[in-house]
Amino acid sequence: MEDLDALRTELMAAVTGAGDAQALEGVRVAALGRKGRITALMKGLGTVEADQRKTIGAALNQLKDAVADAIEARREDLADADLDARLADERVDVTLPARPRAGGSIHPISQTIDEVIAIFAEMGFSVAEGPDIEDDWHNFTALNIPPEHPARQEHDTFYLPGTKDGARMVLRTHTSPVQIRTMMETSPPLSIIVPGRTYRCDSDATHSPMFHQVEGLVVDESTHFGHLKGCLIDFCRAFFGIDDLPVRFRPSYFPFTEPSAEVDIGCTREGGTLRIGGDDWLEILGSGMVNPKVLENCGIDADRYQGFAFGMGVERLAMLKYGIPDLRTFFESDLRWLRHYGFQALDMPNMTAGLGA
Amino acid sequence: MKFTLGWLKEHLETDAPITAIAETLSMIGLEVEEVIDRAEGLGDFAVARVIEAKPHPNADRLKVCRVETATGEVEVVCGAPNAVTSMKAVFAAAGSYLPGPGHTFEKAEIRGVVSNGMLLSEREMGLGEDHDGIVELAADAPVGAAAAQIMGLDDPIIDIAITPNRGDCLGVRGIARDLAAAGMGTLRPLNAEAVPGTFTSPIAVHLDFDPKTRDACPYFVGRIVRGVKNGESPAWLKDRLLAIGLRPISALVDITNLLTIGLNRPLHVFDADKVEGDLHLRLATPGETFMALNEKEYTLDGEMTVIADKSGAEALGGVMGGLHTGCTGDTVTVFIEAATFDPLRTAATGRKLDLQSDARFRFERGIDPAFLIDGMEIATRLVLDLCGGEASELVIAGAEPEGHGDIMLRVDRVMGLGGVDVAVDEIERILTALGFAVTAESDGLLRVSVPSWRSDIVGEACLVEEVVRIYGFDRVPAVPMVQDHPLPAPALTKDQQRRSRARRVLAGRGLIEAVTVSFMPGGQAALFGGAPEAMRLINPISSDLDVMRPCLLPNLIAACGRNADRGLADAALFEVGPQYAGDAPEDQAMVVAAVRSGLSEPRNWATPARPVDAFDVKADALAVLAALGVPVDKLQIDTDAPPWYHPGRSGRLKLGPKTVLAHFGEVHPGVLRRMGVKGPVAGVEIFFEALPRAKARKSAARPPLDVLTLHPVERDFAFVVDAGVSAEAVLRAARAAEPKLIAEVDLFDAFSGGTLEAGHKSLALTVTLQPRQKTLTDAEIEAVSGKVVAAVEKATGGKLRA
Repeated sequence: MEDLDALRTELMAAVTGAGDAQALEGVRVAALGRKGRITALMKGLGTVEADQRKTIGAALNQLKDAVADAIEARREDLADADLDARLADERVDVTLPARPRAGGSIHPISQTIDEVIAIFAEMGFSVAEGPDIEDDWHNFTALNIPPEHPARQEHDTFYLPGTKDGARMVLRTHTSPVQIRTMMETSPPLSIIVPGRTYRCDSDATHSPMFHQVEGLVVDESTHFGHLKGCLIDFCRAFFGIDDLPVRFRPSYFPFTEPSAEVDIGCTREGGTLRIGGDDWLEILGSGMVNPKVLENCGIDADRYQGFAFGMGVERLAMLKYGIPDLRTFFESDLRWLRHYGFQALDMPNMTAGLGA
Repeated sequence: MKFTLGWLKEHLETDAPITAIAETLSMIGLEVEEVIDRAEGLGDFAVARVIEAKPHPNADRLKVCRVETATGEVEVVCGAPNAVTSMKAVFAAAGSYLPGPGHTFEKAEIRGVVSNGMLLSEREMGLGEDHDGIVELAADAPVGAAAAQIMGLDDPIIDIAITPNRGDCLGVRGIARDLAAAGMGTLRPLNAEAVPGTFTSPIAVHLDFDPKTRDACPYFVGRIVRGVKNGESPAWLKDRLLAIGLRPISALVDITNLLTIGLNRPLHVFDADKVEGDLHLRLATPGETFMALNEKEYTLDGEMTVIADKSGAEALGGVMGGLHTGCTGDTVTVFIEAATFDPLRTAATGRKLDLQSDARFRFERGIDPAFLIDGMEIATRLVLDLCGGEASELVIAGAEPEGHGDIMLRVDRVMGLGGVDVAVDEIERILTALGFAVTAESDGLLRVSVPSWRSDIVGEACLVEEVVRIYGFDRVPAVPMVQDHPLPAPALTKDQQRRSRARRVLAGRGLIEAVTVSFMPGGQAALFGGAPEAMRLINPISSDLDVMRPCLLPNLIAACGRNADRGLADAALFEVGPQYAGDAPEDQAMVVAAVRSGLSEPRNWATPARPVDAFDVKADALAVLAALGVPVDKLQIDTDAPPWYHPGRSGRLKLGPKTVLAHFGEVHPGVLRRMGVKGPVAGVEIFFEALPRAKARKSAARPPLDVLTLHPVERDFAFVVDAGVSAEAVLRAARAAEPKLIAEVDLFDAFSGGTLEAGHKSLALTVTLQPRQKTLTDAEIEAVSGKVVAAVEKATGGKLRA
């Protein structure tokens, strides 16, 4: 019988010495294969004296297991070394730029409208809409702006060739005709806001031929001027994110409201920069109690129903809140401007998460 | 509307500081635009007397003046030609700041003579550009008095915006009345004592209207003053007009302006000696011409009111007088006219002739029809005072139109509508101070008679407004909006939500939202289906914004071009907005359109740069449609996109044979060339109105999840088909081969050329089989594969590639 200790030493040395998986397999076959040396010794056990067979068998088994374990361990080590070598080979320069993924954005007008909607939605308003191309009656007459009235001349109306009831079609000069459409189609109580495109034939640093307004209308049996004040004060403070923003109401005139009020918010102009909040005043929107004539024009009983209406310029709100200096830039589609002033797709305004002030 | 504080105080007795007056004006609805203190910066300048002006010893054009000032005699070197001995001038001591040039000057030696101060020109005082000479003050101006005061500059100017309803505040007196009601002082009485006439006017007045047009001029008051001398107005009158930007012309004309601005009573003065015969108020004969005071000739139509004599129109009623009978320095007999003209007719006349005037501005806003005689008496007295002469009896034609009746005011409406509880006596005080006559009709009910100058007051709401306006909007308690429901319903309709979602999906895909105008150049509209005549603006802001856009793409494409010109050629823009097919509400369609230009992504190390193509925007379209709940697996694609797309690289996404949800593809290179935009540009349009209505579901619950435990099996096929066969046809055929088993068919390769026969292409598909009951056997898989091959071959003629 071979000296098992010497064999163990020799095989272990061979395992350790195997430089790769193939050599290791050779060691395994030579030791444990069908014709391997340990296998041969196991086969030779039959010729061993019966009294030694048990002892030698146990020793052989132990050797076999030890060699098998050593081969397995060596196989792992070799695999790890292989992997390490491969990984070292696979090294990349992780400072290379990431694959480009263009970032999109939402226009400040859309974002501002969504913010306004979010606030008024909390107060129970729903969103109504109407056409950009209006007839004279909806845009003017029903709103108590008769032909030749000076208020009509202030509107710088765009005209189209078509006519309805003898009057030329117009591009709506305000979102107020949607008040009329809503009151004609539904019944009080109602509370709506109306975002949309509006048009005036005027173009300079502070006027764009197209701009956006949000109109508001509440009609029920009891809403009075105090509610108008409460609603709009709450709106201004929520929109600008200033809890104690000063808001004042100044008498004014709109043919479709009475009493009418212009709304100013506090600001400062210190250092030549306009900032919201402060003890100077800045006009922000127009409002008033719905003129009974307007209700009557829509077939609503003005003795029973009353309410308020307001309108505000979306671009102006956006400019004030987000520090956008020039009205004309809103519609130029300059990528640099859009990227700078735009909002992320996931910045959907809501009152739960706040309005990004 | 501009006026000075002094002018206001002529009507309002008040000690209130100008800041309080300005604040009150804004808070009662007479919005202050500006308060101009003309004396600002002039405090250092005082009246001085030139004791002697003698030639400068060393300079021909300079003078050396000995000047008497409040602090003693000084010597001043002066270059003004009008500096003469014993004149009164404006003196500034050395070290004073000059507002005009904007610097401080010091004592200086000028050609050997020390100058200890300056005698100032208007330009040096910052009052104007006049630099021809120094300011010459009245001979009786006391030495040492503040120059600003002597020059009438210590009277600040207030400029307010008057809303169209407040015609009555286009006169200083109306403003004073509102201020008095608001507690800023007391309205002074107006002296309109009658001037007795000493003779009958040789010019009579006739209102030649039929009953239908009688409103054109229902009431006319006139008077002759003979023997006048129409010279320059006195300084106080000229100063007053100059302060508010009116040019003094002659005493007679200046008086009419004084009454227009001060009392809101426009007048006209005819040179009576140039009037032939009587004056007739009538509508113009169509085509009649009229030479106005502004020396322009106007052609009138039959809706315009004229004041005519035998030779024709001599004044355009309520708008402007005529040149021929205008008053000049030679006028000795004047006919003063005060009339009531119809606001609407006056407005229409002015608008049609594009003729603005202070008179028209007032008449179209409504003039007090009861203030003709008083206005005439005040004007007559001024004419007699300033021009002398002798007044005739009044010539009166027509009568004061009847006012509208009384208005009943329920006292509780002040609270019910105005939101503030105002005591009855305060309500009465406010209305009375504003000129209303108030009587208590019964408990809680007031009968209110409207003053003749408030034609804007037509109902109870108007009275509530008056009360609350004067009482103070700031005293109305703010009430938060009370909710009808504990939680509000969703504010957005389904359609509105879809637009919002489309926006956010595209922004999430890397596109940038633009908002472009609803207009576009008419010349380019034809490239995009054309704008009908009804969509062409009558009065466009410019020739390249002259039609309503029939399509959203052109403005976005133009934006790509502009950005490329700035070096930003790779743009991905979208817009959600309307397009217009006509002027009916249903002709307006909401569209989301997107364009991609240049490279699909920036040049980078990882992937080769590639120009944008139809598949970029097709992916955008499908992403939006999927997000909006459209069953995208049921979409059909055809190649019939409109002509602004590349004919071979564009298509339409349809749901069913007729409903077109979207167009997509490369924009036609010819269209780009005509628009001057370098390609490539790919675009997509999605039409919200065409989308299937979102179904109202009874429950938000989803159907149960059907977890399939058996593994799907994938098999690949490559077919050779004619080049004209669409991938869609092959995919559809493969899917339909065994619908129960085939869960998905994907196309993973497409090519032509190479070893393929010309006119053919290869399409490679992965077919995924999803067994449901039991694992598929090889034989079953082979059977399905055979069906797929047969189906594709039958539908498209495609052969399995060897």
